[in-house]
Amino acid sequence: MQPKETRRDILLFGVNHKTAPVEVRERLALTNRERPVRYVYDNLPSCQEVVFLSTCNRVEIIAASSQPQRARQEILDFWLKISALEPSVIEKSSYDFSGVSAIRHVFRVASSLDSMVVGEPQILGQLKDAYRLALEEGCSGQLLNKLMHKAFSVAKKIRTETRIASQAVSISYAAVELAKKIFGELSGKKAMLIGAGEMAELAAQHLKTNGIEELVVANRTLERAVDLARSLDGKAISLEELDDALIETDIVISSTGAPGVIIEKDRVKKIMRPRRHRLLFFIDIAVPRDIDPGVNDIDNVYLFDIDELKEVVEENKAERQKEAIKAERIIEAEVIKFQSWLRSLDVVPIIKGLQEKAESIRKRELARTMKSLKHLDEKDKKAIEKLTSSLVGKILHDPIIFLKKGAETENREEILFMISKLFSLNGLGQTVSLEDYMETKGKAGRKSVNSKDAQA
Amino acid sequence: MDRFIFQLTFFTYIAATAGYLVNLLTLRKGVERIATWILAVGLCLHTTSIVLRWVYSHHAPLVSFYDVFSFLAWSLCAAFLLFQAGHRLKALGAFVSPVITLFMILSLIHPSEILPLPPALQSYWLPIHASISIISYALLTLSFCISIMYLIQEHHIKKKQLGGLFKRLPSLQVLDTMAEKCLKIGFPLLTLGIITGSIWAEQAWGAYWSWDPKETWSLITWLLYAALLHQRLTVGWRGRKSAYMTIIGYLTLLFTFIGVTYLLPGAHSYAT
Repeated sequence: MQPKETRRDILLFGVNHKTAPVEVRERLALTNRERPVRYVYDNLPSCQEVVFLSTCNRVEIIAASSQPQRARQEILDFWLKISALEPSVIEKSSYDFSGVSAIRHVFRVASSLDSMVVGEPQILGQLKDAYRLALEEGCSGQLLNKLMHKAFSVAKKIRTETRIASQAVSISYAAVELAKKIFGELSGKKAMLIGAGEMAELAAQHLKTNGIEELVVANRTLERAVDLARSLDGKAISLEELDDALIETDIVISSTGAPGVIIEKDRVKKIMRPRRHRLLFFIDIAVPRDIDPGVNDIDNVYLFDIDELKEVVEENKAERQKEAIKAERIIEAEVIKFQSWLRSLDVVPIIKGLQEKAESIRKRELARTMKSLKHLDEKDKKAIEKLTSSLVGKILHDPIIFLKKGAETENREEILFMISKLFSLNGLGQTVSLEDYMETKGKAGRKSVNSKDAQA
Repeated sequence: MDRFIFQLTFFTYIAATAGYLVNLLTLRKGVERIATWILAVGLCLHTTSIVLRWVYSHHAPLVSFYDVFSFLAWSLCAAFLLFQAGHRLKALGAFVSPVITLFMILSLIHPSEILPLPPALQSYWLPIHASISIISYALLTLSFCISIMYLIQEHHIKKKQLGGLFKRLPSLQVLDTMAEKCLKIGFPLLTLGIITGSIWAEQAWGAYWSWDPKETWSLITWLLYAALLHQRLTVGWRGRKSAYMTIIGYLTLLFTFIGVTYLLPGAHSYAT
């Protein structure tokens, strides 16, 4: 039988926003390292494959190792070394998964079920980046490649089959969603930004990606307005020109630091006639508020302030939690599929051994026979050659099917053992390892940089 | 025979209405498509029943209450399906199909016997005047339904209640534009209906306009819609005010169409 060491297990060590405070997470994040994944990889000699994920909400080491026990200890030691924390602190605030539970965790993270805001889309991008870095550094291998690709496709499946990501859960997204409910298509609409602020800029960006035709930036100091307008590809105006600009605008995002109201109800009332009563949407994300709440009472004018937007966000979050249950079901099904792929890996060396043995017998016997059949012409030789390989193929067909199916059953260890005995493939178990299988498959991403493969 | 097909039509319309309401509650897209198909089948049945009735009675079936409500339901159904083919306004079916069903009920509760046509109505103007008027009513019904949707959606946004129907209804601007579109087709037809009626009156009674209650109320309805369209096109009226006006105009229209006949009898009383 194949010795246990050559089979790789998937391990996952991590801390996230639920298990560890930021003081612990930041010590493990390796943000000051230039090639963090390479650094982790070099410090874990027992891990043949490593992907390192570090975001503001989580730090995770995903590894494949043929010596999981030793790898686990190495990871713990490594973390103690870089964090200079007490072992008890690390133990208390981290989680440690292997096998099925590690696979499940990776799928949940990719699908944003483990995120602080369930369903937020950024985490998938971050995981893809982490994987790309690991590939570039040659730290990922066949097993993690497959795991990552599967995780990405599971995430996509969940995104399309559940409504987990359809709800706006950030203020700026919620503002854009509301604008769409008022105006329908945003193309051809004009937006105005009053004052500067991170959230306002973000909302402006979202509006732009949703097809806003023109963006105007108004600010107390014209200089700042010009700067901001340049970065957002818009037009700058001063606050004195506000009234005229309002006549042309459809969506206003206000976030000045002004101590009082800067847009009064009467002012808006006055511009409604010249703007031919076209709908006007105010988003007030300033505290204290910039826009008179009475503005909402004017016909065809809609005002949302920061608290009302927050409420929208909260409602959407609750909806997402419901969809998350559906997503968990999808993940369970995918974990089972992945597991059976992993198991089929055990069978591969035996199948290969069988085929090689049969092929070498065929070649030897064919060569011997051919020597005494020199009088045959090329066509006849070809026919005999074809006959032998089809004989071998037909005889091996059923055992191979049996092996592939056997990989799914309970007593597969026994089946594998019996088959290798039956065809005396005993020696093969040692020589045909997982690495050979991977080499022969010749998949991308197997760079020779992965020096630990040679040792294993 | 036409009566049997008519009843069959009624049940298909009910099924379609149920489908649209289920779609509104559960957001299942498939249900909406099925409901639309059922409605289309209903329209074919309905057409057959009207044609058969025409053949049996030897005059356009636009005389009794039974006839006019049936034709109104038919026009509304046809207008809705044509409209949806072009615009696919979300959730509109759930608002229009109950009205179609209601018109069908109004038709069914009136006697369906074919009576000989009174001499005053024996004219080729009957089908022209009646069908143009009823088709204009159908389009104005459509704009009424869309205005109701607008008011619901606008209420949700103004009051910041963003659950329930808010998610299911189209955006304000789309609703407003679509209501206007129906008005812009419905109003000229309404005008044409009044003009043809007046020409017919001249031929039948020798006067274009005799201020009978139906004519007076038609004029009031026409003036309301004319004012609304005028305000929309010149000042840019839209949104809530316009939606309320559309609803007021429609209620006046209903009174002209039904109420006047029941309450203020004149030359227009339908043969019952």
